[in-house]
Amino acid sequence: MEPAGDAAERPFCAWCGGARAEGDHASCDRRLATVDPPRHCPRCARRMIVQVDPMGWTARCSRHGESTGASGFA
Amino acid sequence: MTAVETGSTGEEIAGGDVLAVAREQVLERGEGLTQEQVLAVLQLPTERLGEALALAHEVRMRWCGPEVEVEGIVSLKTGGCPEDCHFCSQSGLFDSPVRAAWLDTDRLVEAAKQTAKTGATEFCIVAAVRGPDAKLMEQVRAGIAAIRAEVDINVACSLGMLTQAQVDELAAMGVHRYNHNLETARSHFPEVVTTHSWEERWETLRMVRAAGMEVCCGGIVGMGETLEQRAEFAVQLAELEPDEVPLNFLIPNPGTPFAHLEVPQGADALMTVAAFRLALPRTVLRFAGGRELTLGDLGAEQGMLGGVNAIIVGNYLTNLGRPAEQDLDMLETLKMPIKALNDTL
Ligand code: SF4
Repeated sequence: MEPAGDAAERPFCAWCGGARAEGDHASCDRRLATVDPPRHCPRCARRMIVQVDPMGWTARCSRHGESTGASGFA
Repeated sequence: MTAVETGSTGEEIAGGDVLAVAREQVLERGEGLTQEQVLAVLQLPTERLGEALALAHEVRMRWCGPEVEVEGIVSLKTGGCPEDCHFCSQSGLFDSPVRAAWLDTDRLVEAAKQTAKTGATEFCIVAAVRGPDAKLMEQVRAGIAAIRAEVDINVACSLGMLTQAQVDELAAMGVHRYNHNLETARSHFPEVVTTHSWEERWETLRMVRAAGMEVCCGGIVGMGETLEQRAEFAVQLAELEPDEVPLNFLIPNPGTPFAHLEVPQGADALMTVAAFRLALPRTVLRFAGGRELTLGDLGAEQGMLGGVNAIIVGNYLTNLGRPAEQDLDMLETLKMPIKALNDTL
């Protein structure tokens, strides 16, 4: 579950921060779909400040701002 | 490591088959298994998992009852911890993607409200620290007061190692339960943490108990411990006589020294659940982090029918859980009532 936005504007993996065009990110996507909130900004790969609370998460990129989401496999 | 992988079965112990012995000793008399007996359960072949879980469930129903204790947890201070617990993405000593963050009091109260809405009776405030400093203690004090003013829920804390003065302060604030995990067997602890000792953790737990707070102490399965060490840990926990044991299953986190370890296998994890229940017949045994990866939906149900009588609903500290409704639906399907607040006081 990554922050919303057009896929073309999200060239980076929100789990590992690598370029989505390079390598296999299937295991990253599995982690994002189950137990992990995004840790890297999908637009610029910067590490984000992430706060998890019982029902959701908030992630803040110093350049691209805040995104939010619910629990892992809603 | 499953019994199948170790090639041993360990079914027979002094007195006969370990589950037959457990039926008489644990189910009938309420006496937890010894270390040797716990090991024999952990070494049972996978074909006997169903039998072990069924017995653990009977033990839970007999000595704890059908109620399930529901809890929510939240991280008040995330990341940047000076300790080196090798499983932890919040250590500032590792190249982990988790960055430091603080939760303000408004959001803390909101998290407590969300938790209470699920029917939970416990809300645990957690901080990634070696132990609290004056600033953190002040935030906790303000947070607890604000929660108390708006939400009807027991407040628990997990703030690392405490001094006697801090223990007394938390007790005076009305903290219902204090969590401090021993994490693993004493003999395995130096492979997991080098910046403090198992004994230092034990000392905090001793002070917490003496101050009249409930003791919550568990650990993580799958950190490279042997089955012997897992059995050792179960019995060390039993010696502590904790009110609650949260059982986590390792989530290998990127950047940590344990990033390369495998997620524990479901059958192995479930046998551990059964063995821990048979070692701790009267304790609140809680499913905590990692069950989503290790057990999935079906395994979570098997665990609830295999000795577990408490869950953390919603998300964890840095990881996500399944939506709370999914767990509440599961409890309804299993016809397991949620423990009410007046049963916990
Ligand atoms: S003391 Fe707690 S927060 Fe700090 S590294 Fe260890 S487990 Fe993580």
